[in-house]
Amino acid sequence: MKFVDEFRDRTIAERIIKKIERFDSLKVNLMEVCGTHTMVIFKQGLKGMLPKNVNLLSGPGCPVCVTSQEDIDKAIELARDRRMIITTFGDMVRVPGTNSSLEKEKANGADVRIIYSPSEALRIARENPDKKVVFLAIGFETTSPLIAASVMDAQKEKIDNFFIFSTHKLIPPAMEALSKSKELNIEGFICPGHVSVTIGSDAYRFIAQKYNVPCVIGGFEALDVLQSIYMLLRQIKENRAEVEIEYFRAVHPQGNIIAQQLISEVFEVTDVRWRGLGIIPRSGLRLRKKFYDYDAEREFQPKVKKGKENPDCACGQVLRGVKKPTQCKLYKRICTPENPYGPCMVSSEGTCAAYYKYG
Amino acid sequence: MCLAIPAKILKIEDNLAQVDMAGVRRQADVRMVNNVRVGEYVLIHAGFAIEKIGEKEAEETLKLLREMA
Ligand code: SF4
Repeated sequence: MKFVDEFRDRTIAERIIKKIERFDSLKVNLMEVCGTHTMVIFKQGLKGMLPKNVNLLSGPGCPVCVTSQEDIDKAIELARDRRMIITTFGDMVRVPGTNSSLEKEKANGADVRIIYSPSEALRIARENPDKKVVFLAIGFETTSPLIAASVMDAQKEKIDNFFIFSTHKLIPPAMEALSKSKELNIEGFICPGHVSVTIGSDAYRFIAQKYNVPCVIGGFEALDVLQSIYMLLRQIKENRAEVEIEYFRAVHPQGNIIAQQLISEVFEVTDVRWRGLGIIPRSGLRLRKKFYDYDAEREFQPKVKKGKENPDCACGQVLRGVKKPTQCKLYKRICTPENPYGPCMVSSEGTCAAYYKYG
Repeated sequence: MCLAIPAKILKIEDNLAQVDMAGVRRQADVRMVNNVRVGEYVLIHAGFAIEKIGEKEAEETLKLLREMA
């Protein structure tokens, strides 16, 4: 496939590794923020190819994983209402809430449908005028523009049985929270390639400048990731902290302006709670007032008790990069992809799932 | 979840395009990419084209990758 195969060439990979090996005097922690990068790193066996002095940490860039327990419980509560059709991306379905999961509710008769695109949720709303169709709007800046587009379409077509439950989150505030924390010493970020398609490289400049952490926006093939690591090491060696774009075939400094306009037309920024990171100021998106009619939370007010996470699940620490899944006492013995105890084992891009499958 | 896959534009009508995604024909919403043309490549995420892929830039990247430093 064009733009894929040529970025997986083994000989070139070995050559980049050789260049990386030349920085053997640097002992560094680099974080790949995005879960899709984590998947590539494990699937292509990149960890094993890197020298010992380069330590890769997986970050919080897995939307399902960082969704708070309370939000998962609310989605489950919405599904219990028999007037509803819940539409969602696949990963959400198996995430354990405090007492149940969407999968369990479905087995009990709830109408939960996995869809690929938010436009399918709109279609389901059109075809089921007597039902309330709720889309679980999850994801980062890659996904929120499409959800915004669908909400605008619903308004234009006057579809009044379509709602979204927004748990959208923003990546740069989470990276700032990690940079501020004394828990870890992150010496470089591999920034999420497709989030950056929307927000552009300029959005990370404050992190490089204020916290003195080099950033490289990387693509999603093996060579992209290796080259990004090489570029980070080069910055560290040269004592620079800048935002560089390895993935410049798709990412521009200003990002995608149309996508940004869609987001700001429909959503406004708000404080939200992340699993593992707590409440981060101005890190989430909620519907603007003129779209309140599409807000599932306002319309149906799902009541939940304070969400309780499984106290033995270390997912929160895994998401901050301070614990490896293997340091969780449930890992593999009790928590498996077939029987997950935390979201990091459910999502295919969750760090626990990646360790389980390829670790 | 932020997976986006390269696809070739086959046909465009208003905001909807037919694309070839690794040999599979699919429909994609292209309202977020300006002046996209048949034959060009885009990244598809959840049924929407989120950006064009620059052919020239891709070649330049490969050249950089092959570089022996
Ligand atoms: S292995 Fe399971 S229980 Fe442990 S941190 Fe990961 S998801 Fe949580």
